[in-house]
Amino acid sequence: MAGIKADVIRGGVQTPQRHDSGHKHVAGAAAYADDLVEPQGLLHVCLGLSSHAHARLKKVDLDPVRRAEGVHLVLTAADIPGVNDISPTHLHDEPILAEDEVHYAGQPIFAVAAETREQARFAARLAAIDYEPLPAVLSYEEARAAGKLVTEPMTLARGDAKAALEKAPRRLAGQMNLGGQEHFYLESQIALAYPGEDDEVTVICSTQHPTEIQTMVAGALGVPANAVTSQVRRMGGAFGGKETQGNLFAAVAALVAKKTGRAAKLRPDRDDDMVITGKRHDFLIDYEVGFDDEGRILAVDMNYAARCGWSADLSGPVTDRTLFHADNCYYFPEVRLTSEPLRTNTCSHTAFRGFGGPQGMVGGERVIEEIAFALGKDPLEIRKLNLYGPGRDITPYHQQVEDNIAPEIIAKLEADCDYAKRREEIRQFNKASPVIKRGIALTPVKFGISFTLTAYNQAGALVHIYRDGSVHLNHGGTEMGQGLYTKVAQVVAEAFQVDIDKVKITATSTGKVPNTSATAASSGSDINGMAALNACTAIKARLVDFAAENWEVPREQVEFLPGRVRVGNQEVDFPDFVNAAYMARVSLSSTGFYKTPKIHWDRAAGKGRPFYYYSYGAAATEVAVDTLTGEYRVVRVDILHDVGESLNPALDIGQIEGGFVQGMGWLTTEELWWDDKGQLRTHAPSTYKIPACGDRPRIFNVDLVQDSPNREETIFRSKAVGEPPLMLAISVLQALSDAIASVADYRLCPRLDAPATPERVLMTVERLQREAAELEGKVA
Amino acid sequence: MRGEIRFLLDDAPRRLTQFDPTMTVLDYLRQTEQLTGTKEGCNEGDCGACTVVLAKPENGRLRYQAVNACIQFLGTLDGCQLITVEHLAKEGRLHPVQQAMVDLHGSQCGFCTPGFVMSLFAMTRDHEVAPDEATIDDVLAGNLCRCTGYAPIARAAKSAYDLNPRADSFAAGEAATLEKLEALRDDETIALGGAGGRRFFAPATLDDLAALYEEHPEATLSAGSTDVGLWVTKQMQRPATLIYTGRVAELARIEETAGAVEIGAGATYSAALALLARHYPDMGEVIRRIGSVQIRNTGTIGGNIANGSPIGDSPPLLIAAGASLQLRKGSVRRSLPLEDFFLDYGKQDRAPGELVERVTLPLPEAGSIFRAYKISKRFDQDITAALGVFNLKIEGGVVAAARIAYGGMAATPKRAARAEAALLGQPWNEATVARAMAALEDDFQPLTDWRASAAYRMKVAQNLLRRCFIETTAPDSATRLAGAALEELGRVAG
Repeated sequence: MAGIKADVIRGGVQTPQRHDSGHKHVAGAAAYADDLVEPQGLLHVCLGLSSHAHARLKKVDLDPVRRAEGVHLVLTAADIPGVNDISPTHLHDEPILAEDEVHYAGQPIFAVAAETREQARFAARLAAIDYEPLPAVLSYEEARAAGKLVTEPMTLARGDAKAALEKAPRRLAGQMNLGGQEHFYLESQIALAYPGEDDEVTVICSTQHPTEIQTMVAGALGVPANAVTSQVRRMGGAFGGKETQGNLFAAVAALVAKKTGRAAKLRPDRDDDMVITGKRHDFLIDYEVGFDDEGRILAVDMNYAARCGWSADLSGPVTDRTLFHADNCYYFPEVRLTSEPLRTNTCSHTAFRGFGGPQGMVGGERVIEEIAFALGKDPLEIRKLNLYGPGRDITPYHQQVEDNIAPEIIAKLEADCDYAKRREEIRQFNKASPVIKRGIALTPVKFGISFTLTAYNQAGALVHIYRDGSVHLNHGGTEMGQGLYTKVAQVVAEAFQVDIDKVKITATSTGKVPNTSATAASSGSDINGMAALNACTAIKARLVDFAAENWEVPREQVEFLPGRVRVGNQEVDFPDFVNAAYMARVSLSSTGFYKTPKIHWDRAAGKGRPFYYYSYGAAATEVAVDTLTGEYRVVRVDILHDVGESLNPALDIGQIEGGFVQGMGWLTTEELWWDDKGQLRTHAPSTYKIPACGDRPRIFNVDLVQDSPNREETIFRSKAVGEPPLMLAISVLQALSDAIASVADYRLCPRLDAPATPERVLMTVERLQREAAELEGKVA
Repeated sequence: MRGEIRFLLDDAPRRLTQFDPTMTVLDYLRQTEQLTGTKEGCNEGDCGACTVVLAKPENGRLRYQAVNACIQFLGTLDGCQLITVEHLAKEGRLHPVQQAMVDLHGSQCGFCTPGFVMSLFAMTRDHEVAPDEATIDDVLAGNLCRCTGYAPIARAAKSAYDLNPRADSFAAGEAATLEKLEALRDDETIALGGAGGRRFFAPATLDDLAALYEEHPEATLSAGSTDVGLWVTKQMQRPATLIYTGRVAELARIEETAGAVEIGAGATYSAALALLARHYPDMGEVIRRIGSVQIRNTGTIGGNIANGSPIGDSPPLLIAAGASLQLRKGSVRRSLPLEDFFLDYGKQDRAPGELVERVTLPLPEAGSIFRAYKISKRFDQDITAALGVFNLKIEGGVVAAARIAYGGMAATPKRAARAEAALLGQPWNEATVARAMAALEDDFQPLTDWRASAAYRMKVAQNLLRRCFIETTAPDSATRLAGAALEELGRVAG
């Protein structure tokens, strides 16, 4: 027991730890799937894609592909020994490779495996496919006329919205178009499959959901799940785009590997990735609201129609979550919300950070804005008037809001950012500035935390301690950059009171922790952190029993101190302590398991408690708009966000800044553009514009809500942070709207649709100027 | 003739005699050298995950430049030092730019990070002290990050300067590296045969280039390969003969004469930027917004003209300024006004084997007004939806001369003849401007595509003329969201 004993470990919870791989990221030493040493004889796979949005396949001649240089295998639907389906909700509507019909431009029809990636890409272009074009359903109108939904719609209702709307002193209705969003993870989709003995295969895949990869690969191969191991150490970004969208690539790579007996890698080119995979859903929102003269909402009726694409994928739960968040922070006394998940001949839209929630919330905030303009008031005033509060705390899905801190957050942010004074100053500025108009908006966020599919709210972990005191950590969560691995390692370091560098973080693998849930719904650290803590707790209980018996002290006198264990009056270094336990034949390994308590959900009834708790936040954004061109800049952003007792404030602030900018991109420059043939024409960063460095707010103040532990017993009373900050960017759209409104002297609601590209901003300015002139005409 | 290319991979000499002429530097690094730190994000020079740094001798020093490895061909490395993310850390210690990125949480998923690190490393060569926010935005415009929102990366860019980033192993080894690179240099034409009879040439003199191209009129000329690179990576084109122009020093020359600037066709945007910005500030700002630092470091004004894209930004700028073009076939030279070079979509007045040699840009006449405005969906690193350039002379309140050119409005970069006519000889006032704006509808019938609708293109094209009018008649009105005006907005907001 020599040396000075530390008072505190390095890397415990509630400290601003660096990302565990930061030093490797910056040196190019962090290995992503494409960086792994390639096995001898590796085959490279390329997919052959449909050039039609909807067509019958009359003749598919793949002989030219087979004859191409370096080609080893051409794979079609007929070659799939198991089930040709990767529908994540088991609706059997998503073939891996098309059979007789193609349902969107970009749908994979065949795969070709060759010696080099270049050969595979060349060969894939040689297919001679004879299509019989069929009518393609692309627009909302066409989709409604075709009358096909990809999944059951949902209704949330409380009271009698229709009757209440009729009785309301004021009433208005409108419509909003809200675009989708490409994930643009920097690392495109990729799967690498190694054939094993008998029916075995190992798939390394950039996925948020290794268990689903395992399930889909097993299904495609027609083998039991135990023959398939799926593994991922890290992803180069995911954002929901790797929750189900990796299934295709993993299944094809595994099929090629098992057919050829050689390892197979499938990494689509960026353009193919963007054409093939699903994106954030776009929505057409119809709203009607009844309110009183002060602006208090009395009744809301909204329909959220989504163009879901050709298959269901996750559109059911996504559009459900849209409805769950239409209320944002506001109490709707009488309400009816309906979803309309329309089938279209486009890629199948999927999970994306917020999972439908952001679209719900944008619609709700539009309603607030409409009321404000109708009454000539500041939208913030209408927001504050309608917040949940005592006696008005039941959501449209009948969950009581028990942890509401939105009023306090809004009040503090409003004061801290000097909102009222700046708003007035901006109005003065605009009067004197004919071309450049400034705008400001403050919007809150309340986001429900838990998977709405209750079964997903479970997690497993596996923790070993080795005889030298080093710890091996594994859990079902995946690392996509959010820092989950770091946070869970902090939990384990804290539990054992060892420095974080004693905890080895290991790749997520279905062979280590089975039946994992997707790392999604912001739940990663909540559920995996708890599972890991439970594993540590189980091991610690054994160690305490051992120590009490070995050193003959009461159990209460065994305490884990930084780097050591106090046993009665003596302190034993952690490695010596665990080695002594080993010698006494104590198991130093445990699984851990966690399931989220309190939640339940009856979808048919539209009632329950789908969310364990809510995360809150608010943002105030100032913009400047050029009314001659529609160009704009985000000038200043102030954010106050709630993460409970942060596990890691540095990583949490990173999630907030990054989520905000990603949300800003969605609502501003990121425009998905399909032509009238259903071809996506924005399929690369040259045409699809995510925010660049110069788009970041120059003044960007981000604070965490202080002294605000989660009221529920989450991991060290922290809160989820992955998704909620994205919705803080609704303040950007509303600030642009505020700036635009100035051209009609704030008398008309601009009804600015999204994405608010410079074009959409200018066209809205022009429309508003026309409408204002008409209004003048009427008055005169 | 020389049958090999020679370069340094960090400190290690490389001599290659056999390679695929269109193999990219990125594929070479990842597949041949097994250096997988440099990432492929988009394979089209837009995301910057593949950013590497090339050091080249220039006036007795090394000039370090960030480039996109995904669209640079391997042969273009001749005579350079290639530095990748693996080379920055020395003796187990991270480079200051790397350390700052770690300390300030500049990486999340980490996939874009090597590219950012290399852009930051190049930044420390160009900037002695921590640059301002606008410069950081410019330095990093070619690196996309989807996780961080850039805030921590911008903080790291500044704080790296607290760690003395310029006193590194590269600075210490500069003289030795220069010596090694000088030893590689010669005036021999590089001629290599690749697989399937495909050939790569890299002449070192203008005469050799002109002769070679005349001899191989079917060849694809490539300077910065910011366009040709995409033909290869996206359209899967495999030109049989590739002639790289980047070794021809005379072609890259920029000279200021009495009344003009002579820009060699091989001059990169980066090389021309400062001089053009000095004479035509708005031209400088538009060029600064072409692509990114990485693109501007290799892309050339001559290439932008030669490939004739209707959305290339240099032609409208140069046409409005009254530039002329010099072409050369073998030893025969001819000149023509730049606007006459663009015949139709994808069709230019250039004979097989004839190359663009230089552009002559007259200096602005005293008292003339030159304004250029680029409109795109995203402010930085985006392709133009519409570009309006106005070169006017107002004498005694009357429009005495008008050269107006637009990009993105027609099948070619084009002058707005009817709008010019509506202005000429008329008083420079609201009514005249309104007539000229209306005349633009006779000049152009723009298209609708994913960058903009026809209606927006026309509306914004008209409004850009109005902006020019406001700026010249009411100079105190704020009309822009860039530069000093943006700084001022930030000041009043914060």
